[in-house]
Amino acid sequence: MKKEMQLEFDANSENEALARVVIAAFMTNLDPTLDEIQDVKTAVSEAVTNAIIHGYQKKDGKVCMKARLEDTMLKIDVIDKGVGIEDVQQAMQPLYTSKPEEERSGMGFSFMEAFMDELSVESKVGEGTTVHMEKQLKKSENRLR
Amino acid sequence: MEGNTDFAIIDNYLCIRMPKEIDQHHATHIRQRADELLVDEKVKNVVFDFENTTFMDSSGIGIIIGRYRKISCFGGKVYGIHANERITRMLKTSGMHSVIEIIV
Repeated sequence: MKKEMQLEFDANSENEALARVVIAAFMTNLDPTLDEIQDVKTAVSEAVTNAIIHGYQKKDGKVCMKARLEDTMLKIDVIDKGVGIEDVQQAMQPLYTSKPEEERSGMGFSFMEAFMDELSVESKVGEGTTVHMEKQLKKSENRLR
Repeated sequence: MEGNTDFAIIDNYLCIRMPKEIDQHHATHIRQRADELLVDEKVKNVVFDFENTTFMDSSGIGIIIGRYRKISCFGGKVYGIHANERITRMLKTSGMHSVIEIIV
């Protein structure tokens, strides 16, 4: 079984909730556990927030969320065409934040890492950032095939 | 109303009833209002009430650390109450239990 979806929305913080609702709905017919849904929603929320406040620096732009289900493997890309990240490794360090004045906790990538199985970040300064995440969902007996 | 945040001053405590979902979108308002009240009402401690909260991302951690920094130098304390299992786990895994007292 293979399923795909793509959602493009304005880089506006109101849309963090939209992205969470859409990804939860997309994975629903796999009969995921409540914890799995919460894990994915948290990771998506972190990635989309980063795109809005870091990628686009709260200016206008579009965030794209692509999701793919391959059997019980969920793959998500959150893509922005914003400023990009100069040093991805540094950005991914726990507690590192480029915006201490915004009271960002510096936990965004740590949460994505903690709640998903795979996390990779591709970024080019001036071109944008793609966050790729994967999560293997548990197999369920009563899952629709 | 869903998504609303309530603020109340009880003795020396600023009690913040957190919204259903805590993300960056809601965080801005909570931070601003909390800081206004901390200054205007001169309260020492902050209580975050998570009773209505079913979702929180790292923005919630940012709110807590920020308030802790503002009040701890005056001897104030930060408390978290009524957090469900998941939110308690998030507070613990992010090291928040060293800055706030979690009361279940």
